[in-house]
Amino acid sequence: MSGGRDRGPDRGRRRGHSLHAFRAILAKDLRVELRTLQSVPAMALFGVTTFVLFRYGLDRTKLSGGLAAGVLLATVLFAAILAINRLFVAERDEGGFDAIRLAPVDGTALGGAKAAALIVYLVVLEAITLPVFALFFLDSWAGLAPVAGVLALADVGLAATGVLVSAIAANSRARDLLVPLVLLPLLIPVMIAAANAAEPLLAAQGPAYGGIGKWVGVLALYDMTFIAVGFAVYDFLLED
Amino acid sequence: MKVPSLRALSIATILCLGAGFTLVFFYAPLDADQGFVQKIFYLHVPLAICSLAGFMIAGVHAIRHLRSGDPVHDARSYVSIHLSVIFGVGVLLTGSIWAHASWGRWWVWDEPTLVSFLIVFLLYATYYPLRYAIEDRDRQARYASVFAITAGAFVPLNFLAVRMAQSLVHPRVFATTSGGLPGSMLFTFLVCLAGMALLWTCLVCFELAAKSASAKLSRLRRALEGETYAAPNRSRIAPSVPSRAASPLT
Repeated sequence: MSGGRDRGPDRGRRRGHSLHAFRAILAKDLRVELRTLQSVPAMALFGVTTFVLFRYGLDRTKLSGGLAAGVLLATVLFAAILAINRLFVAERDEGGFDAIRLAPVDGTALGGAKAAALIVYLVVLEAITLPVFALFFLDSWAGLAPVAGVLALADVGLAATGVLVSAIAANSRARDLLVPLVLLPLLIPVMIAAANAAEPLLAAQGPAYGGIGKWVGVLALYDMTFIAVGFAVYDFLLED
Repeated sequence: MKVPSLRALSIATILCLGAGFTLVFFYAPLDADQGFVQKIFYLHVPLAICSLAGFMIAGVHAIRHLRSGDPVHDARSYVSIHLSVIFGVGVLLTGSIWAHASWGRWWVWDEPTLVSFLIVFLLYATYYPLRYAIEDRDRQARYASVFAITAGAFVPLNFLAVRMAQSLVHPRVFATTSGGLPGSMLFTFLVCLAGMALLWTCLVCFELAAKSASAKLSRLRRALEGETYAAPNRSRIAPSVPSRAASPLT
């Protein structure tokens, strides 16, 4: 990039490049996932197996309220960690980090694309596991649609923090260890807010909507905070 | 120049903490409800406030490190988190003792402040494995700063979420506008808080001074003995500190 004289148009061009790069990386990631199927099927399988584990661990065949919300949320969070572990493996092994450093685009484009890919994975995971969960444990399916909305908000927060932690861990020696270690405490507020929002929706006597507004608010605040933090710091994870 | 300032800081810390604890035992009235055990409040709460403020200060140093690339700020961020984690152990221990004395149990889950503090503590405890897992020193410093900023943003969010989730058992001594705390107790508390803040600052300055002195010693030895000098085994995660770092934290 040349001197300060043409900084204005230059920045505009850079942003255009970044948007283009964002789309290209996201499309690449989704295409790779479609061809290799290395993350989503494993996550879904993990989710279903975890439900079976909970069925025997809790010795319950029907769940409702707080217990149902906890089982669902814990399963989704742990399944997400499988994908977050793998998010940057290809970039590191195949030189994607170097390529993005050489290209005239913001590193944020890479982070944003990875976060978007992670959200897509999580939505597919929930599209599979939520009906299975309802089939296994719920009497009524009425609360599922609003629960899916709560999960979507949780997914955004998961993706925002997950990408940061995954990018840090990808360049470390103890990748598989570091992701759950650092990510789980960071996700506790997501767990608190999403579980509390989902609890009345999964109540035994049918979904109730009272009091979930403030929890949705907390989730939205969490999402926005970590999206902002991600934008501010992501570039520094790519410098070398 | 540095030694007298450290000495002055140490003396101020000792005086202030000494005065604070004298006030605690001889001036502040006994709590009508909890009796003598309430005195731990003057230790527990200042520790918690200093620890959390230390995490925030570490975040600010981390921002300055990323903006300037100056390793001094990374060292300050590291030392701030280091001491705040140590203070955090004190918070959890004293909080647990207080919970046992006033509610009869060592750990109370309905108690939002203690629980959120535990979560924050667990998060910051992963700072060490994180640094340890990254070999390259530059990258280690940068990633640690990213972590410190992310975790700094996490602290208030976490307190909000945990507080909303639980019933309010924990005493909210400053919450009431009419002043939940009598003047004499508040004065004692403020002296203790100032003493604890001085202690934190003092320890941070000492650790930075020690690190920069050992770095300087290493450099001098290397200059004296040339290539044959083998550096002693140094920590792989503590940042190497340039000598400027020992100046007071700003």
